Amino acid sequence: MTEAALAAPEADRSHPDALIDVEHVVFGYEGGRTILNDISMTFGRGKVTAILGGSGCGKTTLLRLIGGVYAVTQGEIRFDGKVIDARDMTQLFVLRRRLGMLFQFGALFTDLSVFENVAFPLREHTDLDEPMIRDIVLMKLNAVGLRGAANLRISEVSGGMARRIALARAIALDPELILYDEPFAGLDPISMGVAANLIRTLNDTTGATSILVSHDVEECFSICDYAYLMSSQGKVVMHGTAKQLADSEDPEVRQFIRGEPDGPIRFHYPARPLSEDFGVRA
Amino acid sequence: MSVLVGRLGSGAIELLRILGHHAFFFAELIRACPAALRRPYLVVAQIHAIGNRSLIIIVASGMAVGFVLALQMYYALVTYGASESLGLIVNLSLTRELGPVVTALLFAGRAGTSLTAEIGLMKAGEQLAAMDMMAIDPKSRVLAPRFLGGIVSMPILAVLFSSVGILGAYVVAVLLIGVDAGNFWSIMQSGVDVKRDIGNGVIKSVVFGFICTFVALYQGYEADATPEGVANGTTRTVVIASLGVLISDFVLTALMFSTP
Repeated sequence: MTEAALAAPEADRSHPDALIDVEHVVFGYEGGRTILNDISMTFGRGKVTAILGGSGCGKTTLLRLIGGVYAVTQGEIRFDGKVIDARDMTQLFVLRRRLGMLFQFGALFTDLSVFENVAFPLREHTDLDEPMIRDIVLMKLNAVGLRGAANLRISEVSGGMARRIALARAIALDPELILYDEPFAGLDPISMGVAANLIRTLNDTTGATSILVSHDVEECFSICDYAYLMSSQGKVVMHGTAKQLADSEDPEVRQFIRGEPDGPIRFHYPARPLSEDFGVRA
Repeated sequence: MSVLVGRLGSGAIELLRILGHHAFFFAELIRACPAALRRPYLVVAQIHAIGNRSLIIIVASGMAVGFVLALQMYYALVTYGASESLGLIVNLSLTRELGPVVTALLFAGRAGTSLTAEIGLMKAGEQLAAMDMMAIDPKSRVLAPRFLGGIVSMPILAVLFSSVGILGAYVVAVLLIGVDAGNFWSIMQSGVDVKRDIGNGVIKSVVFGFICTFVALYQGYEADATPEGVANGTTRTVVIASLGVLISDFVLTALMFSTP
């Protein structure tokens, strides 16, 4: 752990009313390298917490571990005090009823209309009658500003709209926990700002807990209550409020936050020396 | 020598792994079927999607096969003065063999590849993962209705294929060549046993429906979430399902028609 991370001690990380606790988690895909290397995080109830880090550092993997898609290799993840067991499908499905997830590219059902996409979890999990489903769907779509697009096909909406429709679907059942996987990736500046405000507003109005995985520092800092920065080795480099991270003088934190090309985070993937590949003498 | 033994050993282990994976997938699919049956509209929608969209190719192929079969049989039978038996031979050929087998091969090419591509692209687009995260089992919601839809559709399509084929043979034999219509139908009626010929043909097509749909769903579900992965999956569906149909057809024929 770096000097900067030590500046934010364990006691500060622990939230007195945590919804999710990630304790010393180690994870690697079968036969692959270790992705997460002794990660510990706490996600406070009702808070927006951002997990920042470069591509391939294990942010999305961590979200999937929280959702029980994979089982941790070591350590444990607790949801509301209960250990998540990815092998217990009954427990997992009970847990997943309490969370909503926004996938990076929306993961909308392309054979359904916008309305039917948002109605999908309601139809699957409730016995609500049609007028009630209609009202809920239109309210959720209104919350993301797309009530007027209810009858469009998925092929007719833009990438930014698709992300908002997916968000409306994720909150259709009023989940306690909302997981956002790269909500700003590929969005234009206006859509990015809209999405960021939406995440904050939805979190505040529904009282949900939000975990946001992204590498868009500015947008994340503008809405999060707390943030973790992960390194490419799958470790937590630093955690704290947006201001604490922004003011950090730790070289790795500073390089990531300011987008500096030189620093401890290398641009080049590990390779043989140039002289060997090109036959040039140094 | 030790290298050869090693290769054989690793090949055997790989084969067992693949078989085990198929068996596990099959068990999961069967476990998901009751949930799909509790919502019959999902199965009916798939029967429509899988069956109805295969209608044109099945009808066209059945008609063409009926035409050709009538011509070929007529040329062979007329030499022996047995052209009146044309209707019977065409019927037995279609209901026992050609109907179920050709329908299954067409089904693997038309509906099977479509199922594999659909499931593979749903996986690549994270739609199945999204369903999972919504606490909705994709095997119950997506795979099982398609599996049941395929099994129900296949015998219907095979019966349709045989019926259209017989009509095609009637057109060629009776209307064009001039075989006596009374003989055509009456010999057929007296020589075809509903249980032994038509019944076994239907049983065959149920088995083929099971094989084709299972292979298609497995290949889609296990396809790599890339364009190449989906393309390879669809190719494997046609190859594996077609071979499965032909091999099982031989086994079923041996079991069903071993006694005269």
